[in-house]
Amino acid sequence: MQSPLQIQTSLKENILDSENQNIKMQIENLSIFYRDFRAVANVSMTIYAKKIVAIIGPSGCGKSTLLRSFNRMNDLVSGSHIEGQVYLDGEPLYERNVDVVDVRRRIGMVFQRPNPFPKSIYDNVAYGPRLYGVNRKSDLDEIVERSLKQAALWDEVKNKLHQSGLSISGGQQQRLCIARAIAVQPEVILMDEPASALDPISTLKIEELMHEIVKDYTIIIVTHNMQQAARVSNYTAMMMIDEQRAGRMIEFNDTNIIFTNPKDKRTEDYVTGRFG
Amino acid sequence: MNRFSARRQNWRKVINIVMLSFTGLATLLVVTPLIWIIGYVIREGLPAINLQFFTELPTPVGVSGGGIANALVGSLMTVSLGLIIAVPVGTLAGVYAATHPDQPLGTLLRFGTDVISGVPSIVMGIFAYTLIVLPQRHFSAFSGGIVLAFIMVPTIVRSTEEMIRLVPNSLREGSLALGAAEWKTSLSVILPAALNGVITGVMLAIARAAGEAAPMLFTAFGNPFMNTDFNQPVSTLPHMIFVYAIAPYDDWRAKAWATALVLITLVLLLNVAARLLVWWRGRLFKSLK
Repeated sequence: MQSPLQIQTSLKENILDSENQNIKMQIENLSIFYRDFRAVANVSMTIYAKKIVAIIGPSGCGKSTLLRSFNRMNDLVSGSHIEGQVYLDGEPLYERNVDVVDVRRRIGMVFQRPNPFPKSIYDNVAYGPRLYGVNRKSDLDEIVERSLKQAALWDEVKNKLHQSGLSISGGQQQRLCIARAIAVQPEVILMDEPASALDPISTLKIEELMHEIVKDYTIIIVTHNMQQAARVSNYTAMMMIDEQRAGRMIEFNDTNIIFTNPKDKRTEDYVTGRFG
Repeated sequence: MNRFSARRQNWRKVINIVMLSFTGLATLLVVTPLIWIIGYVIREGLPAINLQFFTELPTPVGVSGGGIANALVGSLMTVSLGLIIAVPVGTLAGVYAATHPDQPLGTLLRFGTDVISGVPSIVMGIFAYTLIVLPQRHFSAFSGGIVLAFIMVPTIVRSTEEMIRLVPNSLREGSLALGAAEWKTSLSVILPAALNGVITGVMLAIARAAGEAAPMLFTAFGNPFMNTDFNQPVSTLPHMIFVYAIAPYDDWRAKAWATALVLITLVLLLNVAARLLVWWRGRLFKSLK
């Protein structure tokens, strides 16, 4: 333990440095539009490295839309555009000269429904590395094994790596998708309700593995399950819909504070189950 | 249960039987001519078929024996050439149309393939005649292959497009989220996922092209001798049927039936082969270690 004095001095010395080191992403006054309709309005948040951030809120409040803007997946929806900016390591993502492919390599994504490719388990995990030019079999073998181990799936599939990724159970498929995302060693992993289609035991496994991989990755998870947010996350963002049907972030704080002592009445109502 | 509901139940049963009879009758109406045609072709064609029929060239009138070796080779040449052109062009265009539904080029493609597939094949033959045969000043297997490519492309484009649309969007997103480019996603995730349907489409296209006689009159023209040169005219199976069938000799007409039987059998075998390939791919995929 450091004494308060030591902390004080180290803070003084490193205040800029340490902050810069720890901030992984910054979202600055971000609004997301589908044509004229503003789906998400004026969101600002700071995401620290190697932490889990949960985004909670009632259905249709723009949680997923917000998450999908972090790796520019919304670009795929025609008519969508944004105002504001998203920074990764201080670099803006929404700029003309930014390579979307590079953004998505650095910010991986796991979807609500497991979506393994109709390929073998091995090829599913090796898909990403192959995209980035890893072709030596020994290298690929190593990456596949490491990724599957990190995703806590290795022991269950090590003897059937060449079976279809669709032949395993739903929970295993979702862990395969996590392994596939990890295989390209992204810096941030976005999870869009990753356990909502899974049974409680599979959900638990996903949560355990999140705790495991957060040592190496920054995780942002959207969930409609408040207990899950409380269990897994370090920080929680609460979103609500406003009068214009635009999603707004009404509170963003330490998960403990959000669930025990929220500042906003609406957050308190939501986390205590009074609505939503 | 009261009498009223029992009556309704009886009525429902009656309706059910009537509707079932209608659908059954319609099915019979479709199946009967099909079996009839195939049965008739087999009855008329089978007696003329022997080993020589496959290995020998056509003989002049009055000379016994003779076969369709030239037409087998000619059909193989023209259909293969057509396939080599139509499969890559057709599947890639189908991928484009399915992944860019809103683009004007995609709409144009759909419109274009609809129009082309509606054009009678004889018009295609005249088109190729003007475009290739006239400038070259001779008929050729090459021009025949080109026509068949034109005939196959629309079927392949549309079936590829339909099949790719059936691939869940989540697969596409999964690949894009890994940083794969659009083309990479289409070629290595979406097309393989739709492959079975695409192969079926290609088979349908082959079956149709292999049976085309009319455009061949203007392009491959026909050739009673064995030829393997793409620059020279060749005979094809449907063309051979046409030549044999309009002849006033019983011997030749029997050969027309026999040729028809060979053509039908080949198309059927091709279809079975494709299904086996698809099935085998699926099995291989599951059991390989």
